[in-house]
Amino acid sequence: MFKRLGMFAIAVLVLAAVLAGCSNSKSSGSGGSSSEKGKLEIFSWWTAGGEADGLKALIDDFHKKYPDIKIENEAVAGGAGSNAKAVLATRMQGGDPPSTFQVHGGAELLTWVKAGKMEALDSLYKKNGWDGKFPKDLIDMVSYNGKIYAVPVDIHRGNVLWYNKKIFEDNGLEPPKTFDDFFKVADKLKAKGITPLAIGDKDVWESTMVFENILLAKLGPDKYRQLWTGEVPFDDPAVKEAADIFKKMLNYVNADHSSLAWQDATQLVADGKAAMNIMGDWAKGYFTSKGLKYDQDYGAVVTPETDGMFMVITDTFGLPKGVSKPDQVKKFLTELGSVDGQDAFNPKKGSIPARTDTDVSKYDDYSKKAMEDFKSNSLTPSLAHGSAAPESFLTKVNQAVNIFVTQKNVANFIQALKDASSQLKQ
Amino acid sequence: MAKAFARPLIYLILVILGVLFLVPVYVMLVTSLKPFDEVSIATMWKPPAHIDFAGYAEAFSKLAPNFMNTIYLVVPATLLSALLGSLNGYVLSKWKFKGSDWVFTAILFGMFIPYQSILIPLLQFIRNIGLYNSIPGLILVHVVYGLPITTLMFRNFYANIPDSLVESAQIDGAGFVGIYRHIIMPLSITGFVVVAIWQFTNIWNEFLFAVTITSSAQQPIMVALQNLAGSQVVEWNVQMAGALLAALPTLLVYILLGKYFIRGLLAGSVKG
Amino acid sequence: MLEREALETAEVTPAIKTKKRKRAGLSKDRWLAFLFLLPSIILLAIFVYGFISWTAYVSVSRWHSLLPDFTFAGLANYQALFHNFRFQADLRNTLFFSVFFIVLVVLLGQMLAIFIDQRLKAESLFRNIFLFPMALSFVVTGVVWRWILNPETGVNLLLKDFGIHPKWYTDTSIVPSWHIGQIDFGLPVALIAVVIAAVWQMTGFSLAMYLAGLRAIPEDVREAARIDGASEFQIYRKIILPQLKPITYSVVIIMAHISLKIFDLIYAMTGPGANYVTDMPGVFMFETTFRGNDYAQGAAIAIIMLIMVAVFIIPYLISSRKGES
Repeated sequence: MFKRLGMFAIAVLVLAAVLAGCSNSKSSGSGGSSSEKGKLEIFSWWTAGGEADGLKALIDDFHKKYPDIKIENEAVAGGAGSNAKAVLATRMQGGDPPSTFQVHGGAELLTWVKAGKMEALDSLYKKNGWDGKFPKDLIDMVSYNGKIYAVPVDIHRGNVLWYNKKIFEDNGLEPPKTFDDFFKVADKLKAKGITPLAIGDKDVWESTMVFENILLAKLGPDKYRQLWTGEVPFDDPAVKEAADIFKKMLNYVNADHSSLAWQDATQLVADGKAAMNIMGDWAKGYFTSKGLKYDQDYGAVVTPETDGMFMVITDTFGLPKGVSKPDQVKKFLTELGSVDGQDAFNPKKGSIPARTDTDVSKYDDYSKKAMEDFKSNSLTPSLAHGSAAPESFLTKVNQAVNIFVTQKNVANFIQALKDASSQLKQ
Repeated sequence: MAKAFARPLIYLILVILGVLFLVPVYVMLVTSLKPFDEVSIATMWKPPAHIDFAGYAEAFSKLAPNFMNTIYLVVPATLLSALLGSLNGYVLSKWKFKGSDWVFTAILFGMFIPYQSILIPLLQFIRNIGLYNSIPGLILVHVVYGLPITTLMFRNFYANIPDSLVESAQIDGAGFVGIYRHIIMPLSITGFVVVAIWQFTNIWNEFLFAVTITSSAQQPIMVALQNLAGSQVVEWNVQMAGALLAALPTLLVYILLGKYFIRGLLAGSVKG
Repeated sequence: MLEREALETAEVTPAIKTKKRKRAGLSKDRWLAFLFLLPSIILLAIFVYGFISWTAYVSVSRWHSLLPDFTFAGLANYQALFHNFRFQADLRNTLFFSVFFIVLVVLLGQMLAIFIDQRLKAESLFRNIFLFPMALSFVVTGVVWRWILNPETGVNLLLKDFGIHPKWYTDTSIVPSWHIGQIDFGLPVALIAVVIAAVWQMTGFSLAMYLAGLRAIPEDVREAARIDGASEFQIYRKIILPQLKPITYSVVIIMAHISLKIFDLIYAMTGPGANYVTDMPGVFMFETTFRGNDYAQGAAIAIIMLIMVAVFIIPYLISSRKGES
């Protein structure tokens, strides 16, 4: 009896070994690193929803032009791209970069450039006649020492104030243009028992975004940019003023903000439980997914005192050094930078194109307006999304913000920012 | 029969606690059956207006391709780590050598390392041996990091098998392998069940190794489950439906083998 | 059935010492035994000790960006850590979380096991209900608990009728709040919510362990006590519970290593929390390394986590060795 059971167990184990062997032989054909596969790996964190649809549309369009190039869509989800970034970092260090990867323009891209891991793309820009097709401020964000290193695909705006139209109409309010306006509106709403400002900062960066918006308003685009190069110190009076406003603002937010993700905060505005929300314009995608209509159910204006300024969050793709078929990657980057590619991707994702000469008719009303602003406004990099300063600095700012939101101590906050900024000059 | 407590009271407490334990399951179930525009934190308790299986349909269609990956991963990884753990346990309990206790201690310590800390060298190692982005690579990782606990469980399990059994077999001329096959192995069925359940559940639910070592077509189901969420909009109905679907196999294992699990624990790690 | 017998004999006959076994052919078998163990030893030497050494090496380097830089930095990364508000908060949180989590899992598991051991009709139903959460991944249960314990919309909607309105994990208060270092020391109230979620998930395991332990105690032991006139309550207190001690030991160790490493649950449920009231070293380590790209600092956190684990586990391992010889 026991003997038979024993034999059975051995049989099962042998089967396991065989199975393991099977899957081994199967994947050794297709597995291994990108260099062996000869596939074009596109690495991103676009795994679901409009962004995944957009990527698919883009890949389909590319596939029509180059049916022979095999594409592998490598999307890694979770933690708003943080898992993807972890995987990317380990792959880059292991000397096995994906053919091309999603990276925010600005500091996040430049970390890779400075590490000597990226190829310059000036010749690609020249070949495609892209000079002047992208705004200069944007090209600056993907350049280092006068060379261009990536192709921007999409643009999101970070300085947007979303509001519930019905609440504003019912109370005879106008969306605020200045912070004085903002606090007047907020007081009235508070008196009515409506939460004036919804924040969902479970992941901290949401609060950092609000703060960077106020910084932009108080410093103006030039000084705001200089803040990240160390030319303007963090004990500048304007920074303190921004911190004071931020502190005051925190009196008007939902009590459970630290328990909510940004989607939940947007939902509060959608449900009429809160009146306003400061968030990037991916919030539009959320409203849309919940069946709400722009300019009917919800409205969008720039955050107070940032008129004429455009906080840019841009996804870009570059060419890592040491990939097996750089020519194929360049073809794909050409597609990304083309009008066709940008118009295939962006309407689906809900973002606007990085080029300024695309087909406006393909975009919704909100985007049309944003595209106009994008052409004429001063473009500034977002800190919260890794464009303005290196991630190591951002981590420290997030820590300072997280403590500030609870302790509300302006002096400590400024000091913490100052301490962190010593890293910027390196 | 023990009748320590008034039965109705026991039932009452168990029912109350049972209901409390099921509250999260209720939330998952209700959310998974709603269409996405009905899903929000504010209405989390409300049952769906109409039952909508769209979440399940989408979750199923997206998870199905990765389901087989997980099977190819979990079955060999579980069995291999159980087999190795059993051999180790056998050696460390019945064939002790000088310093074997130290070896056991050193093996056991591997159970407690925070895995984030070894992620980078691990990845480089896996890539160097050519197993990156493959199920065998993931199997290797799970087998290795499963060794401490499987060794522990089997060693304690075998400590309860009297040495006299081994002794008499030796007198009959059985060797190391023979004793394992004819005496130890047949006695370890419940041990194998416990270890297998433990490893099965852990490997099935594991995310960190899976997301770093595999990509796209090779990804196991837990990574695919995460991939149901975009970086901007998370469709919670699909997520919850996916989570319930992904938990079904482990759940099934518990229900079918739950008795063995407890019986095996009794003979196994209990004596830790 | 046989293993039950085997178990009982094992308790009666003392383990036969290996010395007695010196017979011909044995030494070949001895070598064979070692040979079978060797692959595991090699694998773990690489995957555990090799990689830990690498991490320790990184933790004393200057690798603070994506570019590896292995210049020796001494203990600077560790010093920076102990002066960091967030890390101090993490240590406090780990301490309180571990204590509450472990104690509750032990008590609740023990209580449920004793109840379910009363030969109930619906035994398997109850057992499965309590085991079920173990089958789910932390990544998902974290989100569910975030919803349930949301102070505005979650379970508070029901508690409102009783006039209680806890702020759960959004509570930033710390009791008793002694100022030590840069932080307030005490129990961060927000952690209670995380403890609830973690207890929900892991109680099934301790229940199973205790149930197994109870079933291992032969019925005649209880019977004998009953004949001596002991009440059921006394039987449990004086006879049964002391016998469950080794199980409690195992449960505590397994739960301790889970609580010290905890990552997924926090990440999905609360994140670091306002003022880092729900942050844990695992989360800090992940964010420092993979978001902040500060590999040296991240490695230092990992090594400290390892030391904290070692502080628990080495005495355990030593004492369990003693218990055997």
